[in-house]
Amino acid sequence: MKVYFRTIKDLPVDEYYGPGQLTCAGCGPSIAVRWLLKAAGPDVIVVNATGCIEVTTTSYPYTAWSVPYLHVAFENSAAAASGVESALRVLRRKGILDTKAKVMVIAGDGGTYDIGLQSLSGMLERGHGVLYVLYDNEAYMNTGIQRSGGTPHFAWTTTSPVGSKLKGKVQRKKDIMSIVIGHHIPYAATANIAYPIDLANKVKTALDYLVEGPAFIHVLAPCPPGWRYPEEMTVEIARLATETGYFPLYEWDHGRIRFNPPSNAHFDKSRRKPIIEYLKRQGRFAHLTEEDIKEIEKEIDEYWDYLARLAKAFG
Amino acid sequence: MAVTKALSVREEVVKERLGLTSNYAAAYAVKSVDVDVIAAYPITPQTTIIEKLAEFVANGEIDAEYIPVESEHSALSAVIGAAAAGARVFTATSAQGLEFMHEVLYITSGLRLPVVMAVPGRALSAPISIHGDYQDIMSARDAGWVVMIASSAQEVYDSIIMAYRIAEDNRVLLPVMVSYDGFLMSHTTEPVEIYHEEYVRKFTPRNLNRPRLDPRKPITVGVIASPDWYYEIKYQVVNALKESKGVIKEVHDEFNKTFGTNYDIVERFMLDDADYVLITYGGASTGNAKEAAIRARERGLRAGVLRIRLFRPFPTDEVVNAIKDARAVAVIDRALSPGNTYEGPVFNDVVSASIVGELISRSFLLFTAYPRGRCSSTTSTIFIKCLMSTREPVSIRGRRYSWG
Repeated sequence: MKVYFRTIKDLPVDEYYGPGQLTCAGCGPSIAVRWLLKAAGPDVIVVNATGCIEVTTTSYPYTAWSVPYLHVAFENSAAAASGVESALRVLRRKGILDTKAKVMVIAGDGGTYDIGLQSLSGMLERGHGVLYVLYDNEAYMNTGIQRSGGTPHFAWTTTSPVGSKLKGKVQRKKDIMSIVIGHHIPYAATANIAYPIDLANKVKTALDYLVEGPAFIHVLAPCPPGWRYPEEMTVEIARLATETGYFPLYEWDHGRIRFNPPSNAHFDKSRRKPIIEYLKRQGRFAHLTEEDIKEIEKEIDEYWDYLARLAKAFG
Repeated sequence: MAVTKALSVREEVVKERLGLTSNYAAAYAVKSVDVDVIAAYPITPQTTIIEKLAEFVANGEIDAEYIPVESEHSALSAVIGAAAAGARVFTATSAQGLEFMHEVLYITSGLRLPVVMAVPGRALSAPISIHGDYQDIMSARDAGWVVMIASSAQEVYDSIIMAYRIAEDNRVLLPVMVSYDGFLMSHTTEPVEIYHEEYVRKFTPRNLNRPRLDPRKPITVGVIASPDWYYEIKYQVVNALKESKGVIKEVHDEFNKTFGTNYDIVERFMLDDADYVLITYGGASTGNAKEAAIRARERGLRAGVLRIRLFRPFPTDEVVNAIKDARAVAVIDRALSPGNTYEGPVFNDVVSASIVGELISRSFLLFTAYPRGRCSSTTSTIFIKCLMSTREPVSIRGRRYSWG
């Protein structure tokens, strides 16, 4: 990633994401979108999948968006963005429109990991110059907290309830980054709302790569009502996700993998905070036993082993 | 005099006469209108349209982006994105593909995007059948699209050119579907007169003066609306579709003038003195109906045919006008609405039109018939039997409907 912004003061003062939208207090995705748009600037067209951000920001006759915005449906934001990008390309070529606008998808985990995976894969395979940003709040929060492919192991949701036999989500979280990287696109990165400078630089880097093909950014964005924590804790919990090694920050840049601070130090397990620090602050993990926590820890260790092998092969 | 004039217009506008299937005719029409973005997914019997278009793009005969999407759902979604960005777009599908697009059909009209789509009609699964009927079109009937049903390859070509003018008219701004018989037309070669491109381009000027995604003038497209606003916005779609009939007629008139054709939103065949009227749509069914009317006239029955060319918005006045003096009317549907009082979808539309036309006050018989599978010679027989009997419908699949 190139460094466009060094401190928070380098970020543009302009706001493209208006206040007064209807997100919950402490909404992680809302924070993500604000940073995304600041980094991207005014010459961007946003294509949004159905989800929390869509329903809370476009309540007719109001809109929170100062950039052009298109929402079509839940599973097809990548396809709609493919159309927007192709249209701009051909209209430029024909001399009909003089526009340098970039196209950015903003979609949640349900719209990306699950119902929108096919159209995302199609867009990546066809090589459209679109930045796809996944804001991951780890469940279908808009419909009232149902498990998705992005929900972590053991997490409580209304469709992975804590019962007498089953306790939370039975399956593990899907590794969306590996799926995306498997399409051999120029750029894919993880980011976190607790690291806004890292996030903004990744957005700028990704947008610069769009002439070559698609880019993807996976942003962790905690959800107070869904993760069951007090709303003032959003950024703290997001930071703990990375500090404990649960959500590492890294980039896939033209076939090379690079780990960003603080995750670049986390191959050494002793440099990671204990996972309990992350889990204990969230009601969705309140039912976990010692054993469950050990299981989660083991899974995170396995994931880091996998990342270490990737880093060795592609670092 | 008028005929001479029409002929001289044809001489001027027609570039060449080619042997084309209706699918290829659709592709040639799209080529002639300077399309920008094509997104489509293969499905029988539509596939040869997009094969031809891919060939045109690959040979540089069309300057367009061809998006080989991974599904029909994405095909319509991609052309929505492109149309919202200001491009002129095209897609095509049939049957299961149209069903897979279903939710997006409603979104296209709700967003008021001028998408043009060709749909060779095909039977719906299960059991799977690749052959032609109009069940797919009827399932898309209420999606807020303008739906035209052509009956020849030439008409497919002409209708798609008209479709762009209709869809992009600021008084309409609705998607347009141009349908025709799967296989019986989509894969049958007919002579088609192709026009010089300058005439087509002049007839279909680009409309950039419509709401579109432009960073210099940002708009929000695809909002959430509370029930009060939802009603307002959807009502505008309903109204626009209703009002579009006037624009469609206008476009037909201008097309006829420019290209020396004689299209109307319905086709009338030997209707002037007809006591018995057959109403149908599409290619083969209309051909058979016309043949049946001719044979009926040979037997001394004054029969005629009304073909529904514009299916949505429905040509109510034209239907009323065609049947108001009839002794009996038969509607030959190519689709079913299972569980409905009478299963023929267009039959029900004709019944509604009859009520609007206050035809219920007089003795009047309506029949509905559903040809089994593809239209064949047996259906001609059914038509004649329908026509011959004013007391009891003899078709085993027919139903009697009587007022008076």
